[in-house]
Amino acid sequence: MSSQAVKPPAGLLPRRRHPERPIWEEEPTLLGRLGKPVVLALVFLVIAFPLYVVVVTSLSSTEAVTRAGGLVVVPRELTLAAYVQLLSGGVVTRALVISTVITLVGTAFSLLITVLAAYGLSRPGSLWHRPLLFVVLLTFLFGPGIIPSYLLVNSLGLIDSYASLILPTAISAFNLIVMRAFFMGIPGELIDSARIDGAGEFAVLTRIVMPLSKAVVAVVGLFYAVGYWNAFFNAMLYLNDNTKWPLQLVLRTYIVQAQVLPSGAGGVTSTPALGLAPAPSLAIKMAIVVLAVIPVLLVYPFIQKHFTKGVIIGAVKG
Amino acid sequence: MTTVDEVRTPTAQQPAPAPGRSRATRPNWRLRFRRDWPLLLMVAPVIVLLLLFHYLPTLGNVIAFQDYSPYVGIRGSEFVGLANFQRMFSEGAFWSALTNTLTITAFQLVFFFPIPILLALLLNSVLSVRVRTFIQGVVYLPHFFSWVLVVSLFQQMIGGAGLLAQSLRSNGFQAVDLMTNPDSFILLVTAQAVWKDAGWGMIVFLAALSTINPALYEAAAADGANRWRRMWHITLPGLRPVIVLLLILRLGDALTVGFEQFILQRNAVGAGAAEVLDTYVYFEGLLVGDFGYGAAAGLFKGLVGLVLVLAANKFAHLVGEQGVYSRS
Repeated sequence: MSSQAVKPPAGLLPRRRHPERPIWEEEPTLLGRLGKPVVLALVFLVIAFPLYVVVVTSLSSTEAVTRAGGLVVVPRELTLAAYVQLLSGGVVTRALVISTVITLVGTAFSLLITVLAAYGLSRPGSLWHRPLLFVVLLTFLFGPGIIPSYLLVNSLGLIDSYASLILPTAISAFNLIVMRAFFMGIPGELIDSARIDGAGEFAVLTRIVMPLSKAVVAVVGLFYAVGYWNAFFNAMLYLNDNTKWPLQLVLRTYIVQAQVLPSGAGGVTSTPALGLAPAPSLAIKMAIVVLAVIPVLLVYPFIQKHFTKGVIIGAVKG
Repeated sequence: MTTVDEVRTPTAQQPAPAPGRSRATRPNWRLRFRRDWPLLLMVAPVIVLLLLFHYLPTLGNVIAFQDYSPYVGIRGSEFVGLANFQRMFSEGAFWSALTNTLTITAFQLVFFFPIPILLALLLNSVLSVRVRTFIQGVVYLPHFFSWVLVVSLFQQMIGGAGLLAQSLRSNGFQAVDLMTNPDSFILLVTAQAVWKDAGWGMIVFLAALSTINPALYEAAAADGANRWRRMWHITLPGLRPVIVLLLILRLGDALTVGFEQFILQRNAVGAGAAEVLDTYVYFEGLLVGDFGYGAAAGLFKGLVGLVLVLAANKFAHLVGEQGVYSRS
């Protein structure tokens, strides 16, 4: 490394100014030129390496895992066996379906009521918008607490129902405020002109405001979806019946607690029990981890470009 | 319809009323209701949900003052005044949970809080847009993973059967298990928090950095300020409001250190190191079934948090920052 610092390959040293560098700014020091890439590469590796190892192990054959003595770093003998086994019915398949449905339904519901409320609160001078906004904002200051929330869900008869995973967390005040701030940034003249053309509030929302707000709707939608997909706490509190478990609870039981999934609980025994009664093989465990990440990875690249816009609007105007 | 509409949005055809008109000249609420009822209808579902799932349970905290029994409910249970709180303050396990919580918060304030700022400064100085976008995409990502997943990944990397132990063993060293060691637990949870959220925490600082007028830097450079002087006199003052704001939010959350992260690891590490207020409430209240007592601990946490936010915000006003909400 130090020899490189003295004699870098040709083409790197000739001090060509970076086109983006302002004319008044000094050239970076040696430390800056070498330190920055090293730090950034380290940051990248720290995040990417565990994911890489998990993916490679999940794709490895049982023999490859045994030979490596555990997690596999160098990929050899890749196979999809673990995934085939997991997705051919059984605990993980069911948990995947449950998590997917809850995420889709929950996100749609949350987005709907958030968009409506954000628009309803975003029109300047509308009736009672101040007290209603206050009702929303006050929720930031004080959380109701675990015990009273549990007692409420219990007395509503929502224990062991999927509604308990959606309704209590359906509205995020933060997301609502972000979206409201975005809506308030839409020029009032646009909305006025639609009104003059005879559009009611619903028409204004669907025809004028929504098409202009794709970025913020995408970001808020991602926040909600991730929240539902990752829901662990509510599921742990409210679902006693382990045949209703979403993926995160399966993940905890299988991986974190390294337990075999409780057998004899409903549909578990009727399935081929994953063919791994004593302890699931490492490849299978890692495949469950990968299955928990994949949806996030699938949606993320499409939404990422909107982050800065969506989040900053909330931060600056909220 | 249009006449009502024009009350709110004076257009060119209709002269705008004088600014600062008094309450008396405002259209009466009947008229405004006829105009705004669709808006109220739109807000209604959210208000109903918040009243039901936020405000109603907040009132339910009244059981903290009761000898609550699930069989007779809130109405039938006997009021015991502050007995639950008295018991709480005399219990060693509660103090241990409180101490753990505060220690972890303080530790993270010192070792977590600066990292997003440093990351943002570093990334902001990278000139290549492509590199910047790529790194941003990578470091934001773990924020969207669940705690279960983060704990799983850490377990696979540095746990007893993880990659680190595995390679130590195969090279003839003694394997270590950093996931079950109570002494290093505080380091572990901070490392997890940094891995998961430091990148995401960077986003507001990057936003603040992007709002700083570049002409300031140029002027400073023309006046002979070197890069460190520019950072000290331009960049850091530009970040100051955001830093203060986030510090306040963090202080307000001093008693909240991430329920899921701790509940997941409490068994492996033991209650001595991993019991925090939230897990204490969960275990004492729900698992032991002592609802009134658990609610008392939860209420204590909520009230102290509220006082901390208000105090920190007050302090921010005193030092001339805007804080979370302004005094207007």
